[in-house]
Amino acid sequence: MTEIGTARRRSEDARLVTGRTRWTDNIAPAGTLYAAFLRSPYAHARITGVDAEAARRRPNVVAVLTGADLAGEQGALPCAWTVTEDMRNPAHPPMAVEEVRYAGEPVACVVARDRYAAYDALEDIDVDYEPLPAVVDMERAVQDGAALVHADLGTNESYRWVFENGDLDAAFRDAPVVLERRYVQQRLIPTAMEPRAVLCEPDGDGFTLYSATQIPHILRLMLATVTGIGEHRIRVVAPDVGGGFGSKLQVYGEEVLCLLLARRLGRPVKWTETRSEGNMAVHHGRDQIQRLRLAADGDGRVRGLKVDLLADMGAYLMLVTPGIPLLGAFMFNGIYKMDAYSFACTGVFTTKTPTDAYRGAGRPEATFGIERLMDELAAELGLDPIEVRRRNWIGHGEFPYDTIAGLTYDSGDYEAATDKALALFEYDKLRAEQADRRERRDPVQLGIGVSTFTEMCGLAPSRVLGSLSYGAGGWEHAAVRVLPSGKVEVVTGSSAHGQGHETAWAQITADRLGVPFEDVKVLHGDTAVSPKGMDTYGSRSLAVGGVALYRACDKVIDKARVLAAHLLEAAEGDLEFTAGRFAVRGVRDAGVTLQEVTSAAFAAHDLPDGVEPTLDSDATFDPDNFSFPHGTHLCAAEVDTETGMVRLRSYVAVDDIGKVVNPLIVEGQVHGGLAQGIAQALYEEAVYDADGNLTTTTMADYLVPSAADLPAFTTDRTETPATSNPLGVKGVGEAGTIASTPAVVNAVVDALRPFGVTDVPMPCTPERVWRALRGDQGAGHASAEPGAAGGLGSAGGGR
Amino acid sequence: MPRITVEVDGAVHQDDVEPRVLLVHHLRDRAGRTGTPVGCDTSNCGACTVLMDGLSVKSCSVLAVQADGREITTVEGLGLGGAPHPMQRAFHEEHALQCGYCTPGMIMAAIDLLRENPDPSETEIRAGLEGNLCRCTGYQNIVRAVRRAAAEMRDPAAAREVAP
Repeated sequence: MTEIGTARRRSEDARLVTGRTRWTDNIAPAGTLYAAFLRSPYAHARITGVDAEAARRRPNVVAVLTGADLAGEQGALPCAWTVTEDMRNPAHPPMAVEEVRYAGEPVACVVARDRYAAYDALEDIDVDYEPLPAVVDMERAVQDGAALVHADLGTNESYRWVFENGDLDAAFRDAPVVLERRYVQQRLIPTAMEPRAVLCEPDGDGFTLYSATQIPHILRLMLATVTGIGEHRIRVVAPDVGGGFGSKLQVYGEEVLCLLLARRLGRPVKWTETRSEGNMAVHHGRDQIQRLRLAADGDGRVRGLKVDLLADMGAYLMLVTPGIPLLGAFMFNGIYKMDAYSFACTGVFTTKTPTDAYRGAGRPEATFGIERLMDELAAELGLDPIEVRRRNWIGHGEFPYDTIAGLTYDSGDYEAATDKALALFEYDKLRAEQADRRERRDPVQLGIGVSTFTEMCGLAPSRVLGSLSYGAGGWEHAAVRVLPSGKVEVVTGSSAHGQGHETAWAQITADRLGVPFEDVKVLHGDTAVSPKGMDTYGSRSLAVGGVALYRACDKVIDKARVLAAHLLEAAEGDLEFTAGRFAVRGVRDAGVTLQEVTSAAFAAHDLPDGVEPTLDSDATFDPDNFSFPHGTHLCAAEVDTETGMVRLRSYVAVDDIGKVVNPLIVEGQVHGGLAQGIAQALYEEAVYDADGNLTTTTMADYLVPSAADLPAFTTDRTETPATSNPLGVKGVGEAGTIASTPAVVNAVVDALRPFGVTDVPMPCTPERVWRALRGDQGAGHASAEPGAAGGLGSAGGGR
Repeated sequence: MPRITVEVDGAVHQDDVEPRVLLVHHLRDRAGRTGTPVGCDTSNCGACTVLMDGLSVKSCSVLAVQADGREITTVEGLGLGGAPHPMQRAFHEEHALQCGYCTPGMIMAAIDLLRENPDPSETEIRAGLEGNLCRCTGYQNIVRAVRRAAAEMRDPAAAREVAP
């Protein structure tokens, strides 16, 4: 039986397609109260008074609490990543007490008998604000005399982090080609389809907290740390969770506050956000300004790369905020060899929603930078963009390869992925069509974009996290329980929220133990059921958690082997285990199934000395390296030079993610990843006005693409197994997002090169394309304010 | 408070409701039909799509009182006879969902799309589902699923299995 590699339909679907779901908002124990939060309408202001009396007097209102009421017990939200010793990390109260620093920050809450009553009462809370200067623009924020987000820090800089390797001066000295570019990674809103929701239920001498979270285990520890309630008295459940993309890799103020409210009131307290408040208060992603310098020889060989980033932290450092841009430090070199590299990043406070992990988290930003530069280098030298990459990438025979950024890429075959992609894309034919359209001066031009990416995922080797001063390890845990009937329960510390663990983990187990797929049940997302785990993010589930499961299965087999040898009166070394059965090597018919061994263990009538009556096993896995998926993505875009409209005509993605457990799930991950990366390139941007108001608070303003906005994708794979884990697997959750953004923008710019266009800032809206064609500097070189070059359909250019 | 009578997934529900209560909140909080989720507050996402007298509506944009005397079918009302609806089966077969939060609305909207156009092209499906957002799948497998369900539902033998 080979379950691994089979396109199993997912077991999860049965409840999801019938609505028999368990979203946090569905759960309502008797007596549940509903919380609603009043949020700051100002980007920056001092709170000079809160009058909540009228709200308290309303019918059906149980409590109204302000930041001042909770000041003694609410603690501060954690940042687990102190990236430099002198990093500035201002206190971040779950509810603002004296000052608000972004529009949407909670300032008061109402707890009422139903959600309508709670929202009604918010209207009756009167807050006096004394407005303070908004700090919206990162580049201005770091200039002398800038208004300060946190006055007591005396600066808007949180940290500066530097990495250098090789002699950069030598690389740039007399370099025949030097490119200098400034790229803006616009701010994005993750937009998981399920808004956040929290329900905290007092439970004996403790609490059960349900949350739409990616990280039940980390959340439990952090809730205990923040509130002082013993970790053993908090159970966190992540029931069905409707997507995360990093946005639910967080310890949110609302989670802490629901716990405190349930403690105060002694009743279950539930909060479910509206999309409009979520757009303001869920952490955002990306938002960095990249200043890049690349030196190359006349034949296109890259000599060196200098990266200088400003990264917008927003108003506070949340769980891993400061570390996100630094994940890019190891990726700006991409798949290429070079002699020298430097990376510097300044984390900047602004009066905007805090940023943190969003699908890819630091790697999409870096991949965008290097893949845009490779296309620019090709254009500069009149070379084909594929050829420039071939001249620089790490050859298949050169692995394992120590990169200039300090990583060791264990495996890869960039030639194979690229050759396959070129064939599927019909590259030469499209280039011929492009030449023809250029010749004919067709108003609709064709552009071809290339992205030959890799990324580091499978977070993460604990020793590496330690060297980066991260506050935890990167291992994962799994347990296998063989029930007396022979059915199997698998417990994983990796908490799924759409990834399909219940199917894939059952496949791994069925494969290793030789039991039917249907006989395996996968449990996750509840700290009472799955006590240990590091949760789900960074494309780590399979490459770390799946390997932990693989090892736990091996332990079951090892345990069973002892008993099987006893039952068969054979030496352990003479037993072979295949397809769920131990057989004595060379002796026909002498064998015993795993189920029979399980029964014997359970009965315990005849166990060898020292053998326990159970086969249950658990294991952790701490990888010694990241996994490095890679691939070649090619995008053909038709750009209407009269209207600026971009239409993606074809998109080919050839990904190498090593061994595949379930090709169906893999394809789905790639599709969804592509959609999000393309969305960054063409549609999405969180826009702030000069006063720090978020103007994209709804789905009408923040353009998550629909089916009508996206093309059909052509996906395929090459398979170069990872050597850093026994399954040979790599992560796939973020690859599509990381690869696709530069492929699309490269295609748009490629279409417009005959018009002298060298860049279109993201998102490449029709207005921005149109402006770039007219030589508008604000469009060609994204100006100081993200959004300033023409936001979403804003006639005045977004200002 | 007005008294309304709504048939929800085959059972008649009679309730006194505030006139301002949204149908989706009525379905979730009063009728216990939590299979229909809420994804936004501006009627953009379509996660809350249900059928009202057989036509798709975003239940966040309908007041509960407007459903008085009507028949509502939610995703939980599909396949009550035992066999899943062809659209539910197709979503499963084609891996047209990941987190599943948009799925109830997507399935209901797709069923209504096929009522209007039993044999839609890929482009027609993409246009027809424009009002339903999915963040996980990139829509490709949703399009496949709708085509698969359409083929199955056009076949008279398969159509007989379709429960409500």
